[in-house]
Amino acid sequence: MKNRLAGVAAALVAGLVLTACGGGADPLAGDSGGSGASGAAAGPIRIGSANFPENVLLAQIYGQALTARGVGVEVLPPIQSREAYFPGIRDGSIDLVPEYTGVLLQFLEPSAPQKAPDEVYAALQEAMPEGLEVLERSAAENKDAVVVTQAFAQENGLSTIADLAPLCPQIAFGGPPEFQERPDGIPGLEATYGCTFREYVSLDVGGPLTVAALENGDVQAADLFTTDPTIEANGFVALADPRNNFAAQNVVPLIRGEKATDEVRQVLDEISATLTTQELLDLNARLGSETRPNPDVVARQWLQDKGLLE
Amino acid sequence: MTALLDWFADPANWTGGDGVPARLVEHVYYTLLAIVLAGIVAVPVGAAVGHTGRGGFLVVGAANSLRALPTLGLLVLLANAVGIGLLPPLIALVVLAVPPILAGTYAGVQAVDRAVVDAARGMGMSEREILLQVELPNALPLVIGGLRSATLQVISTATIAAFVSLGGLGRYIIDGLSVRNYAEMAAGSILVALLAVAADLALAGLQRGLVSPGLRVRGRAPRRPAPA
Amino acid sequence: MIWGWIPRNVELIVDRTIEHLWLALLPVLLGLVISVPLGWLATRTALARTVLVTVTGLLYTVPSLALIVMLPLVLGTQILDPLNVVVALTIYTVALLVRSVADALDAVPPVVVAAATAMGYPPWRRFLAVELPLAVPVIVAGLRVAAVSNTSLVTVGALVGLGGLGQLFTEGFQRDIPSEILTGIVVVLLLALVLDALLLALGRAVTPWTRAGADAGRAR
Repeated sequence: MKNRLAGVAAALVAGLVLTACGGGADPLAGDSGGSGASGAAAGPIRIGSANFPENVLLAQIYGQALTARGVGVEVLPPIQSREAYFPGIRDGSIDLVPEYTGVLLQFLEPSAPQKAPDEVYAALQEAMPEGLEVLERSAAENKDAVVVTQAFAQENGLSTIADLAPLCPQIAFGGPPEFQERPDGIPGLEATYGCTFREYVSLDVGGPLTVAALENGDVQAADLFTTDPTIEANGFVALADPRNNFAAQNVVPLIRGEKATDEVRQVLDEISATLTTQELLDLNARLGSETRPNPDVVARQWLQDKGLLE
Repeated sequence: MTALLDWFADPANWTGGDGVPARLVEHVYYTLLAIVLAGIVAVPVGAAVGHTGRGGFLVVGAANSLRALPTLGLLVLLANAVGIGLLPPLIALVVLAVPPILAGTYAGVQAVDRAVVDAARGMGMSEREILLQVELPNALPLVIGGLRSATLQVISTATIAAFVSLGGLGRYIIDGLSVRNYAEMAAGSILVALLAVAADLALAGLQRGLVSPGLRVRGRAPRRPAPA
Repeated sequence: MIWGWIPRNVELIVDRTIEHLWLALLPVLLGLVISVPLGWLATRTALARTVLVTVTGLLYTVPSLALIVMLPLVLGTQILDPLNVVVALTIYTVALLVRSVADALDAVPPVVVAAATAMGYPPWRRFLAVELPLAVPVIVAGLRVAAVSNTSLVTVGALVGLGGLGQLFTEGFQRDIPSEILTGIVVVLLLALVLDALLLALGRAVTPWTRAGADAGRAR
């Protein structure tokens, strides 16, 4: 009797634990580094994205377009940053990510000197690790920019980063933590313009913290994206980059070779061809509009408008 | 693991605005500030409620409900409404620290033996004198218990507040997360844990030390809300 | 305040709530299962009690985000693995409940235990059929605290990419949608309230003798 009870108890516990592990597959999804290399080209295409609205939107665009063509797709929740999701696409837990040529190239080859769109793209293709490839690049571009407030620009007569350089040691710069280490980030600004900031304040990826910090003067310059509608909305000034510190950053799908079937290539190439920088600006504006539509809604509408959903 | 040890061994991590001493000082500063501000509000109110015995239900209710309030939500809501800087997280920290201190003070004053209070009253002490010279000293262990709870809550929330740009030890966790630098994250979490444990031990010692000789506080300390 | 966001995103809110429930309750269940034997252990020897209470007390002191982040060191998981949050919350639950279970078991009147033994109950059966049921009210009180705390703490997991209502906070903040943040807070509070009430009712249902009126005394 005693043994039977103990046995039942043990079984219950074991059962619960196993349920936790097994049942964890679904509701606990949100994990990039988990299941490792998931089977062959047979499974659905797992689409990841970085944790900022435009990238989430692009992932939705890819996902919905592929689904409309009958390709199995699973859109994963957004993941912090490239440093966080890249291991995932290398080991197969992610299959497809919307990327930007310049930063991706520098991520793979920190000392890559290419700046112009075609050169960057060619170098990127060469730098691709085993099993990964980039498809056709889009004309649409979203670059980092050094942004200052209107007032600051006027006071100091700033229109390019070179103009800012002499002031750098007196000012604080704000941006995402990774900008401090990225080759075209702080190190790049130092090398290209001789700009060494007094202080670096870690904020977010072109999000509310960065905008707020810039507005209330916690930082005098910040890293924002060129397709971000808040630059114009807040009257900020994106300083020009005459010496090309920031390489071309065209939107491009990064995909695991095994998942890049002809069908998939066609769909994604079509999207890349249709996207332009102005389209990105409009899409971002729509995301940030009064009603705050969700990325999947904005994606669907765009795809429908462009006739990409049949 | 070795990466973690390397992080601690790296002198760059011990100097400058992002160094351990600086971040530690920031974290302690936020904690002290919040506790003091919360205490200024909560101790008098708790004492008054405990002394008069009215409104105790509300006090206990507030302390218990607090457990359910998601601190990340509160922080983010305030940052969204007020902006960035010290003020929004500080408001959250104070809001979270008040209930435990309130509950502890109330419980402490409430728990003072009525006979003692009556004796004091019989001796001709005014209500105010009773409160300050009899009830509060007797209530100290439970008051400190409330402070202890509040301190843990604040240290914990201040860590999370790094997400809305606050300084302190939480920065290592949030910044490390962005660049996938696990060594930095782990180092930050260990430092925060050590700070929390140290603070708790110190206050526990204070709690014990403040029991007057000849006075033994019976019963358990009030249940602490979970550190968020 | 874009109130319109709420009706437009009911499905999202519901999905997140379901994820959230699962993430909050699983640790409570696991914690309970682990705490009962540990709490029993704590009643056996003073040493066991001291060790268990000290260790759990220490763990309880560690701030949530810190604990979640430290677990990959111990468990060998990825940092973004949801398991970290589940384990962290289970640890908190155990830390809360071990004390409750130990106190509850200690509070069972020795007379009752003696009577059961005298009636011929073997130790295991006596534990399961007599002591544990009598300990239920206090354990349920601890469970309620654990469930409410966990419901709130799961949201911290959003910082490491975990699903659940916490995502309403991170997303709402990033996209400047205060109504999303507020919705998250309100739903978490409601969820906690409901779970608390359910557990209270469950506790009462499982211990009919505590509700029994004057009739109870008149046994056969």
